[in-house]
Amino acid sequence: MSWSTTLNHPLGLLDADSFPFLAMLGSDDSDIFINGLLGSFAAALVVISVMVVVALLTRYRAWRTLWFDWLTSADHKKIGIMYVVLALVMLVRAIAEAVLMRAQGAVGLDGGFLSSDHFAQLFSTHGTIMIFFMAMPFLTGLINYVVPLQIGARDVAFPILNSISLWLTVAGAALVMTSLVVGVFSTGGWFGYPPYTGTLYNPGVGVDYWIWSLTLASLGSTLTGINIAVTIYKKRAPGMKLYYMPLFTWTALCTAIMMIFAMPPLTVVTLQLALDRYLDFHFFTNGLGGNQMNFLNMFWLFGHPEVYILILPAFGVYSEIFSTFSGKVLFGYKSLVWATMSIAFLSFLVWLHHFFTMGQSGHINAVFGIASMLIGIPTGVKIYDWMWTMLRGRVRFSVPMIYSLAFIFLFVIGGITGIMLANPILDYQVHNTVFLVAHFHNMAVPGVLFGMLAGYTFWFPKAFGFRLDERWGRISAYCWIFGWMGAFFPLYILGLMGLPRRSVAYEQASYVPLEIVAFVGALLVAAALMALVIQLWVSIKHREENRVFVGDPWDGRSLEWATSAPPPEYNFPVVPSINDRDAFTAAKEFGVGYQEPDTYVNIEIPQNSAMGPVFGGTSFLLAFGLVWQIWWLVILTGLVTIGTLVVRGFQRDTLKIIPAETVCRAHRHWIQAARSAQPIKRSQEHTAANKGRAALETVEVST
Amino acid sequence: MSKPVTRIPATNALMTNKRRDFMSYVWGFGLALILTLVPFALVQWQATTRGSLLIIIAVLAMVQTVVHFRFFLHLGRKRKREDLLLVLFSTSLLIIMVAGTIWIMANLAERMTPI
Repeated sequence: MSWSTTLNHPLGLLDADSFPFLAMLGSDDSDIFINGLLGSFAAALVVISVMVVVALLTRYRAWRTLWFDWLTSADHKKIGIMYVVLALVMLVRAIAEAVLMRAQGAVGLDGGFLSSDHFAQLFSTHGTIMIFFMAMPFLTGLINYVVPLQIGARDVAFPILNSISLWLTVAGAALVMTSLVVGVFSTGGWFGYPPYTGTLYNPGVGVDYWIWSLTLASLGSTLTGINIAVTIYKKRAPGMKLYYMPLFTWTALCTAIMMIFAMPPLTVVTLQLALDRYLDFHFFTNGLGGNQMNFLNMFWLFGHPEVYILILPAFGVYSEIFSTFSGKVLFGYKSLVWATMSIAFLSFLVWLHHFFTMGQSGHINAVFGIASMLIGIPTGVKIYDWMWTMLRGRVRFSVPMIYSLAFIFLFVIGGITGIMLANPILDYQVHNTVFLVAHFHNMAVPGVLFGMLAGYTFWFPKAFGFRLDERWGRISAYCWIFGWMGAFFPLYILGLMGLPRRSVAYEQASYVPLEIVAFVGALLVAAALMALVIQLWVSIKHREENRVFVGDPWDGRSLEWATSAPPPEYNFPVVPSINDRDAFTAAKEFGVGYQEPDTYVNIEIPQNSAMGPVFGGTSFLLAFGLVWQIWWLVILTGLVTIGTLVVRGFQRDTLKIIPAETVCRAHRHWIQAARSAQPIKRSQEHTAANKGRAALETVEVST
Repeated sequence: MSKPVTRIPATNALMTNKRRDFMSYVWGFGLALILTLVPFALVQWQATTRGSLLIIIAVLAMVQTVVHFRFFLHLGRKRKREDLLLVLFSTSLLIIMVAGTIWIMANLAERMTPI
């Protein structure tokens, strides 16, 4: 719909029919009713959850704390935690959608209970959320939390920008959630190819919701990328050469650089689509010289690097875990660094393999096919490095390690199917079948999500000061692993049998048994999610006996373990000086951990700022106004947004000082705790004896 | 920018430094503006043929990139290896993206039935 038609309506396109709930009541078609009921149920869940949260905050008088300690905070640790919270909330919704889709699949022979439109919305939101509002916030959160600690910095390079990135992402996620209550979401899949997403075939607001939520998320990620890259380049502790950085920081650096280069094509291509839809441009229509193929090209210029943006931080997490939980130095550190950088670079050379079947000549397909296979080499190097890290180490099978081992097994399978798909000839056979769906879930779940969950378990005690419950963690991990296998191994076979992806129903009775297996797998995944929630609940309940204030519960190797848990706002009372890889292990071995500095100095840290939340609020309203074409709202929020920037520009007093006495008191308290804590052996890791002080028992085995 | 804003007395050297910085931004802004307005004007008034117009716009865009590097990103004052690596990396990625896109899209155009 063109912009001019809505110029005179104060509410733009918004009217009673925009609410799926009301639309359902007005209809007497039973199909519409069932789908409307499901949609309304989901919408009700959103509304009720928001109301419950608001009520609880009021009940416990937590609004002030929430605003001053969290929402306006410029502390990288709190921002990191908020990112992870966002990721977990969105994970719940996306998993619920996944289970619903598999349920539809199980009964999808000649029908099922979902309408095709509803099903299309489900897979579109599932994909959009999982990529942009689950995986991206999760990894950004972990990076935000861990990287400044690992490099011995007090904060990121641009703390307020960090807060703005967070709030842009939150605004995007809120927009997707709003689409449940008001209007509909796109039915065009997570990559929204035109011409299907053009106004001709998709006149509603669904695609606009998709466009603006992605725009907000991609802007946030670009800024995050800049922030992390600058932080790692400029804020490392004295003496920390690039080759002394822990591997997680290396992967964060590569991911950040990739974000800077890969996110802009997405921002541009979604904005071009918006111009097509709003102002009758013809970038992606056949008429007037447009070409929809360029959308695919531009989208995957972003999309393929994005895959590696997601997986590299997970690789970083695995590297830390394999080394820590084997009690050994990481094997082949330099080869891992070089493999990471090669993957980052190669990932920009392969985007065409997402559209082998678009119609270009065979030689182009061949070039990109070969480039795609090349990525298998550095990835293989990594797998071997991790296995050799475990070799002759004292491997502890706790939750992060369980995820990591499952990752190795499953990821190799996914990698092999990836090599298969990199061959254009094979790709022509299985493209657009659920074989592909199985492949990329094989990379995205055991690769990315397991890494994120392992990292969550690994660093949780650092962030909150107590360990997560081990038993429920194991239950959750095994449910994830076997649930994933159950849900996706059948899809490989179904894909080879010819089941097209994204089909709401099918006519082949032979698909049914495997579809049912996949559904059972999905239920197990839902159980895994439940177990994760229970784990959190149980851990909070028993937090007192699981406290690890001294801060080193796993006999960690890098700097983040060399401070209290949770760390003070300024991270380190004195910025450490580095002269080795695995700095903290070195300090422990030489008996120079937990030292008191000669002098304490005042520490400057960034002040809180309402800039982030205000920016998030206005950009959400701006995007909402654009979706519903409420033009006065767009202009108003646009002006407020620019105004905030200007006001911020005049603010000179942006730092607060923590006096040396406070630092001294806190540090002495911690040193005292560390010295009085009983150093524990690794066999006692999961007992209440673990106060976060590790006994020296690492024996390096020479090979 | 510490808490009590300590204002260092404005010595002459500092003033000239500040002024030079400011002028550098003005120059950058002015050049960027000209390099943007000229292509728009050329398109608006169809000054030359389509082919040469495209080339002129591309060249002006690249010149503008250099202007941004020089005046806004302050590259080139102190020659640093780190900066050079980043510029080379960015350039190679951009070349990959642009050349790849042209290669793919031209090939597609070639294979399409002429309208």
